[in-house]
Amino acid sequence: MTQSLEANRRPQATRRPARSRWAAPARPVWEEPPGRAGLAAKGAVLVLACLAVLVPLWIVVVTSLSSKKTITETGGLVVVPRDITFIAYQELLSGGQVTRAAVVSVLVTLTGTVFSMAVSILCAYGLSRPGSLGHRFILLTLMATMFFGAGLIPTYLLVQTLGLTDTYLALILPSAVSVFNILVLRGFFMGVSPELVDSARIDGAGDLRILWQIVMPLSRAVIAVITLFYAVGYWSAWFNASIYLSDQNMMPLQNVLIQLAQKQEIPVGLGQAVKAGNLSGLAVQMAVMVLALLPVAVLSPLVQKHFRKGMLTGAVKG
Amino acid sequence: MSTLDTKTAEPAAPAATGRRTPRGRRRHPRRSRTAGHVPFGRRLRRDRTLILMTVPALVLVVVFNYVPILGNVVAFQDYDPYISTNGVTAMLQSPWVGLAQFERVLSDPGFWHAVENTLVLFLLQLVLFFPVPVALALLVNSVLRPRVRAVVQAILYLPHFFSWVLVITVFQQILGGAGIIAQTLRQHGHEGFDLMTDPAVFKFLVTAEGVWKDAGWGVIVFLAALAAVNQDLYEAAAMDGAGRWRRMWHVTLPALRPVIALLLVLRVGDALTVGFEQLLLQRDAVGPGAAEVLDTFVWWTGLRSQDFSYAAAAGLVKGVVGLVLVLSANKTAHLMGEQGVYRK
Repeated sequence: MTQSLEANRRPQATRRPARSRWAAPARPVWEEPPGRAGLAAKGAVLVLACLAVLVPLWIVVVTSLSSKKTITETGGLVVVPRDITFIAYQELLSGGQVTRAAVVSVLVTLTGTVFSMAVSILCAYGLSRPGSLGHRFILLTLMATMFFGAGLIPTYLLVQTLGLTDTYLALILPSAVSVFNILVLRGFFMGVSPELVDSARIDGAGDLRILWQIVMPLSRAVIAVITLFYAVGYWSAWFNASIYLSDQNMMPLQNVLIQLAQKQEIPVGLGQAVKAGNLSGLAVQMAVMVLALLPVAVLSPLVQKHFRKGMLTGAVKG
Repeated sequence: MSTLDTKTAEPAAPAATGRRTPRGRRRHPRRSRTAGHVPFGRRLRRDRTLILMTVPALVLVVVFNYVPILGNVVAFQDYDPYISTNGVTAMLQSPWVGLAQFERVLSDPGFWHAVENTLVLFLLQLVLFFPVPVALALLVNSVLRPRVRAVVQAILYLPHFFSWVLVITVFQQILGGAGIIAQTLRQHGHEGFDLMTDPAVFKFLVTAEGVWKDAGWGVIVFLAALAAVNQDLYEAAAMDGAGRWRRMWHVTLPALRPVIALLLVLRVGDALTVGFEQLLLQRDAVGPGAAEVLDTFVWWTGLRSQDFSYAAAAGLVKGVVGLVLVLSANKTAHLMGEQGVYRK
């Protein structure tokens, strides 16, 4: 029984003992080797899918690094890099609207993520013991919110009534808790071996200590994934800022990008540089895009191998 | 219930789900002997840390998910936001109008136009978007080399983490009037085009953006389901003479069926919510004719035109129909013998 469970959980490990991580593992004897045409077709589709993601990003990055001369010559976006320059980034990050927006985004993301993680981990642990007092009631109260939304207008009126408009709390509090994420964490916390928890309890550890010293270290992978989910959520958010903030100086990076890209504006303070120097407005826009996508593109592959855990466990299990 | 009993009661149930477990799971040491008979006071004392731990999240959810439900009373009023900046005061002093707002909503062609756009987009995404992750997952799963696989996955997952602002700007740079394709065409003497502002193709554009952003991410769920397929089944099928395609038809697809059913249920339950942020960002460029869906309709009438009561009524109609959709979709899944979002 345990053996087959183990095999079910990690079929790749049992079926494909990896020698080098690049080498193709042995094919099971019963599986016929693929034909050339099939292999080529499969490869072509996969390569095309990857290029569909990478080529647009390449163009954005290269254009952000191009001089005004190159951009004028190509008539717009640049595909082949020529005389790389960092002038757009220098201008953007030497103070002014975009620098401020980037700082706002970073701070909101950091504060929000830490807050959300603390609240979610505590709640997930609090709910990880079925049969505890109020367990079912609390769980149902949380889960019911996955089936309905209160609606945009009442939520707006509430945030206004609480006096959160024009404060950064409006960007954090309304979206601080994701019930889905709590359920995923809870699913993992429940999977921690009860013997371990019990022995800690016998040794006199309280719940906070068990959470901090036993459950959390054992759930590092899923905590990393959920942290990424929350962080990406805060980093990508723009809607709450657009309805709750009225001061342009408070706007996070995404909202500035909307102004630049959708309305073809040039960041405040950069008008002179664009008119006079060899800085292209397009390069500025692309550079803001790179700033917005860089943290995400760097961080998400790091946690990639754990994504599956964050997607499946707990969400379906009541 | 003794520890031994719980062991036999649930053979190999991984990370049990709580609702169905008998009270005396051995995870809780002191409960096992006296399950069901612990007096309330003792349970409270025993579990108070656990309850306290859930309080912050519970407060946030109650304040931001439950309290606003009460705010829906403005749908039955003629809410005047200028009475007071305090919403409660304004609500108390605004006149009640009964169902007048709902009558207005239901006889508004703009509302029905938004409903139509929402449903067309939903169907389009169901047909053109939904099968893509399944196909991609089968492809990725057939890649044997672990490194190649990891690289492909990393690339395909990436756009999921980009904000809609980024995704739409990228599409604008590629397909827009000043985009790279139109620009290349113009340089070679052809006429340029601007897909981003063309209402005729807008719904396909929205679907394409969705595929670009999330199709790769959707692969994960199916990959996990594929990894859980018992490999002996494939071997047995091969022994019986089943070729590659027949193995896929008779082993792989049945294994994916529960996941597909679950995701379909989720999708149908969410039918009235089609990419709010995505459409709001493009509403100005392409015009409300093609881009107005229910959510953007509520946003426009409420927050832009300041007609709060009217927008709240429209939102309430959407919310109620949406709830009915989720619940009936779940019911259908249960009837089909699949697991829904919640268990019965």
